Amino acid sequence: MELTLWTYEGPPHVGAMRIATSMEGVHYLLHAPQGDTYADLLFTMIERRGKRPPVTYTTFQARDLGGDTAELVKGHIKEAVDRFKPKALLVGESCTAELIQDQPGSLAKGMGLDLPIITLELPAYSKKENWGAAETFYQLVRGLLKNHPHEKGSQNSKAWKDQSRRPRVNLLGPSLLGFRCRDDVLEIQKLLNIHGIDINVIAPLGASPAELMRIPDADANVCLYPEIAESTCLWLQRQFETPFTKTVPIGVGATHDFLKEISEILGIEPPNQSETSKQSRLTWYSQSVDSNYLTGKRVFIFGDGTHAIAAARIANEELGFEVVGLGTYSREMARPVRSAAEKLGIEALISNDYLEVEKAMANAAPELVLGTQMERHSAKRLGIPCAVISTPMHVQDVPARYSPQMGWEGANVIFDSWVHPLMMGLEEHLIGMFRHDFEFIDGHQSHLGHQGGQPTTKHEPQTKYLNPDEAAKEIVSKNNSPIWTEEGEAELAKIPFFVRGKVRRNTEKYARQAGCRQIDSETLYDAKVHFRN
Amino acid sequence: MSGATLLKESGPREVFCGLTSIVWLHRRMPDAFFLVVGSRTCAHLIQSAAGVMIFAEPRFGTAILEERDLAGLADAHEELDRVVNNLLARRPEIRTLFLVGSCPSEVIKLDLARVAERLNTALEGRVRVLNYSGSGIETTFTQGEDGALKAMVPLMPSTNEQQLLLAGTLANSVEDRLIKLFNKVGLEKVCSFPPRQSTDLPAIGPGTKVLLTQPFLTETARALKDRGAEILQAPFPLGIEGSQLWMKTATQAFGINSSTVHSTLEPLIARAQKALEPFKENLCGKKLFLLPESQLELPLARFLHRECGMELLEVGTPYLNREMMSAELELLPTNTPVVEGQHVEKQLDRVRELSPDLVVCGMGLANPLEAEGISTKWSIELVFSPIHGIDQAADLAELFSRPLHRHDLLNRKLLAKV
Repeated sequence: MELTLWTYEGPPHVGAMRIATSMEGVHYLLHAPQGDTYADLLFTMIERRGKRPPVTYTTFQARDLGGDTAELVKGHIKEAVDRFKPKALLVGESCTAELIQDQPGSLAKGMGLDLPIITLELPAYSKKENWGAAETFYQLVRGLLKNHPHEKGSQNSKAWKDQSRRPRVNLLGPSLLGFRCRDDVLEIQKLLNIHGIDINVIAPLGASPAELMRIPDADANVCLYPEIAESTCLWLQRQFETPFTKTVPIGVGATHDFLKEISEILGIEPPNQSETSKQSRLTWYSQSVDSNYLTGKRVFIFGDGTHAIAAARIANEELGFEVVGLGTYSREMARPVRSAAEKLGIEALISNDYLEVEKAMANAAPELVLGTQMERHSAKRLGIPCAVISTPMHVQDVPARYSPQMGWEGANVIFDSWVHPLMMGLEEHLIGMFRHDFEFIDGHQSHLGHQGGQPTTKHEPQTKYLNPDEAAKEIVSKNNSPIWTEEGEAELAKIPFFVRGKVRRNTEKYARQAGCRQIDSETLYDAKVHFRN
Repeated sequence: MSGATLLKESGPREVFCGLTSIVWLHRRMPDAFFLVVGSRTCAHLIQSAAGVMIFAEPRFGTAILEERDLAGLADAHEELDRVVNNLLARRPEIRTLFLVGSCPSEVIKLDLARVAERLNTALEGRVRVLNYSGSGIETTFTQGEDGALKAMVPLMPSTNEQQLLLAGTLANSVEDRLIKLFNKVGLEKVCSFPPRQSTDLPAIGPGTKVLLTQPFLTETARALKDRGAEILQAPFPLGIEGSQLWMKTATQAFGINSSTVHSTLEPLIARAQKALEPFKENLCGKKLFLLPESQLELPLARFLHRECGMELLEVGTPYLNREMMSAELELLPTNTPVVEGQHVEKQLDRVRELSPDLVVCGMGLANPLEAEGISTKWSIELVFSPIHGIDQAADLAELFSRPLHRHDLLNRKLLAKV
């Protein structure tokens, strides 16, 4: 038994719903009580879908349990098939139905229906949403293609050369409630097209069962989201000898590596690195002089496996950040995340307890958090800027604008969405310094809330002075501290007003430590050097 | 009984289960914790329905059953003890712990009453442990509150004092207002249930007359009756008419001079009618279809028809307690179809066929209907908003008027240009 206050992933049947709802002509008969219908709102509210998920819930009640629930299931199956006329039917159970063991899949298969029926066994008490999605996609593809004729040894990923056509690949893994899948698919399609590669089938997003039947026509598979598509890609490799890509094209480096990998598989000219590095503005923006302040920024990364690993690489190699924390809630991806962390000299955090993640975040003292919506909330509480890089989905993660994560444009989007909170972070910092200046207009509050710019909730005591410089003077005379010479005051006046108060205090602190009675311009410079070391 | 035509329907349903009630119950009693004993689905349901990500550490959670808990029930009991002890150590401010049964815990027959009893002995009164079921195989949506309140009834102290008890969660501001009004007409002793602190339970006994604020408290009403209280039958306090009849039922029961009540309420009614006017104009003659979900459908339909002039196409309700709803049913226009239960597909067929101007429905159905050009109002909003009482009548009407107004606005300004 596990105490859970909030969970990153839903149950595995929600993963199955993601596959069914992503596709055309697939219906999902879910043996489940009425409360489980909440899952519809994930699609209609969070993703703003204008269509109901193609799911029939049997919504059995306690009073049905004494009677014949098998008949109830069959009734719903018949009605759903008659009404929705699907091209393939998924049949499965949610957590409660799993316990009553009605075997809805066998019931459906015994009804003599004239359509492919895929039985889903998704253990609700040990597995989670992404696993459920991967298993459903795999069972669906396998169910439709297992009898597809194939001659061993006939597959050749370079065969297109002899068939006077361009090479073609499948894009596997994009689904609803996946992070920016809608736009990633367009971006990757565009990218491959430029390199002379056609798209055969995109699945599950937008695919019909008939399209799944064409999957073996491709020369290679592109595994866009390993969480969802890896098991399917492995099966296709075993069954049809179709090779698949292992690199997820998120970031400039990974996109280049991805193009190289797919080129090798297909036997086409690999892209030239000096060319590809110019395709995204991220490279130049990161080199440009005003990105200097990004150097060595401490980042804490947490998300699904794919996006966390990609983020760590971009942060480390492309933006010059220092990765101080890396973790995932995807147990299935624990191994690659651990090895990515190891390469960065840190230990990976594998957890689905958001409070543990928050604690790790606080301990790592990052300057930027890249995480899920939950880490955004944790970061907000800690006063740290944050960008969201991964599911679980929130209505804000389905932007109206084109906003991919993959390919060259994806790298542009990533640069903006990671760096803008930092700019804001800098702004916060300035607000923190300005807030006691007379020029500062009270009420200028930032998007980070009332805590912005202050590392703790501790409030500085209010002084009766609007000008911190004056305030500092007052404190000085009270403490019988060193005296500023006229020359020292003149030098201090040259310092921008928003840091002047701080410099005054620091200099006096130094003067006391060093036993100086008077502060002149030299003391000021001495103090500056002292505090830098 | 005049009025409505009662129909029944069964088939696939699209409603929340009783666990959803936790979303407002935990806010009502900040010293209580709601621990669902269930599956990952339960945890996901509550967080999705509530959008709870904004809370640092919510006062509800799920003890998620895992495979080994299913293998041996004895171990499951031990595991639950462990989870509860950890939780209480972490949250020392909790005074009442509700163990909430779910579909899986009901099916494996995990005896939460026994667990609660054992924990109560072990905790020696430091924390009171109660249990009820919010499972979807037995309860819908608001029925969860019924279960939680019923579980608290045995803990209420006894009294023979003459008093009015308002039962059902209200927004705090509305509750204060209603109590003040009762005081004003001379009904001095008014308490409410659930209380704002879980340990601050009102007393109950033969002198108590209970006025239900919500139409989903069948079991609680029965338990209160068993403690000697009298349950007053009245329409529910939604809209001017309902709220007035509701208050009058109580004042009559206490033998309060009706002219005092009349003179107190009259200015409120006049003011509320004036406030209602613009919404009435917008809603009058518009066709309304209510899908079953919150159990508030009947009183809402009555208000929207009688006070706002809406035409009722169909009034769905997850279940119908005829006795409790008798006053509401009588106020509905003759032949209004009241459909108990649901076949969501057939019901949506009727929605399309009758083309209503507004559909009251759950969150799962709202956008799909909007995409078909049908304006909707989420029923979940109605259990979160302060809508009870004469003073809130216009606010209540506004909730229904806004989607229609917006629909017109967008059609006129944006879509007309396309």
